[in-house]
Amino acid sequence: MNAFTIIVGRELRLALRQSGDSAIIVMFFVLAAVLFPFGLGPEPNLLARMAPGVVWVTALLAAMLSFERLFLADYEDGSLEQLALGPAPLALVALAKALAHWLTTGVPLMLAAPLIGVLYHLPEDGYAPLIVSMILGTPTISLIGTVGAALTLGARRGGVLLSLLVLPLVVPVLIFGAGAIDAAINGFPVRPQLMVLGGILLAALALCPWASAASVRQALE
Amino acid sequence: MIQRFANPARFNRLAHTLLPWFAWPAAALIAGGSYFALVASPPDYQQGETVRIMYVHVPAAWMALFVYSSMALASAVGLIWKHPLAHLSAQAAAPIGAAFTFLCLVTGSLWGKPMWGAWWVWDARLTSVLILFFLYLGFMALSAAFDDPARGERSAAVLALVGAINVPIIKFSVEWWNTLHQPSSVVKMSGPAIHASMLVPLMMMAIGFTLFFMALLLVRMRAALLARRARALTMAGVHAAQAAG
Repeated sequence: MNAFTIIVGRELRLALRQSGDSAIIVMFFVLAAVLFPFGLGPEPNLLARMAPGVVWVTALLAAMLSFERLFLADYEDGSLEQLALGPAPLALVALAKALAHWLTTGVPLMLAAPLIGVLYHLPEDGYAPLIVSMILGTPTISLIGTVGAALTLGARRGGVLLSLLVLPLVVPVLIFGAGAIDAAINGFPVRPQLMVLGGILLAALALCPWASAASVRQALE
Repeated sequence: MIQRFANPARFNRLAHTLLPWFAWPAAALIAGGSYFALVASPPDYQQGETVRIMYVHVPAAWMALFVYSSMALASAVGLIWKHPLAHLSAQAAAPIGAAFTFLCLVTGSLWGKPMWGAWWVWDARLTSVLILFFLYLGFMALSAAFDDPARGERSAAVLALVGAINVPIIKFSVEWWNTLHQPSSVVKMSGPAIHASMLVPLMMMAIGFTLFFMALLLVRMRAALLARRARALTMAGVHAAQAAG
């Protein structure tokens, strides 16, 4: 457990010293979301209907930009091998990396999401499910992204390939995340969607660290 | 028992012997099945002649899932026991599975236009099969993305296992969600809800497709082994020339 907190602390310190990285991701998120009204016209009803989907899709795309650096720097300077040789199980290292990624990317995206809601005239009932679905959904994205980042370590054009591998796998999060907000706006219960999101998170929490550890081991072999 | 066929030469001989036993029945079953499917079976009372698309669409969809499952199994065997032919078979199966998935999507689209009035609907089964198609493409892209082919094989194997979560989702999507795509009518607890005149050609096509996949897999695995051997010989020749020169 001690190793876990040390790794998370190290990742957070690294992220703080290069705090521009998280800011760029959030800027991309907002900018990409702002593009849609330019293309589709500023009609408030249309925007309000699209808001849940746009928030989630652009959040996913923004997250894709952040995965490549998850293991790459450690892989290139050799510290990943030190982590693998250390006493902590590799799955625990992967979990710590995913948690640090969530704290530095998922949480900022979550905090920026209501801003997109305002720009899109999201009805008031939609904000609570937006935040809750983000709380449940973004950790899953971080966990699945960790697997993708580990799989593409050292690959040619790793960044693009990573998005190709991860995007199909995060589709369920998109469906139920946007579905929860949509249900709330239209006056339906949001509980089922949020429960499924929570279930996906638990499954990802149980499986993804192992898959990441296995892929990191392939990369170091 | 499994380790016996880890020897490429022994596998090569076995594949050579087995190939005609898969290839000829496959050809006969697909030819016979096509005749029954396109000529000798009755048109559907609701769907008319378009039901004949089923004889390609349904076996292709089964194969899409079957090939992916076999790839996931081979990948697990490759990662756990480091069996040298397991990764090779997953690599060889991936393009065949992707082709079956593509065939399933295209025939489904052609069937959907007259029946549902649209080439594509965002229904749970269609969407999950589309994701399966992307998983196949991702598997092939990942295995080709490394300078060291062995690394690509192993990483792609991990991806195949992660993506295997999608297989039960596709299988049960028509039961979990109330969708436009019709539920399974062949594999049911209460027996098939499909008349023998349609079931027989469907089964002929399905078995034919499976044998065709096996034959193609053997051909592709042998080709990959020979390519590997040719590369090794070329490298040995280069080294020998360097040593001599």
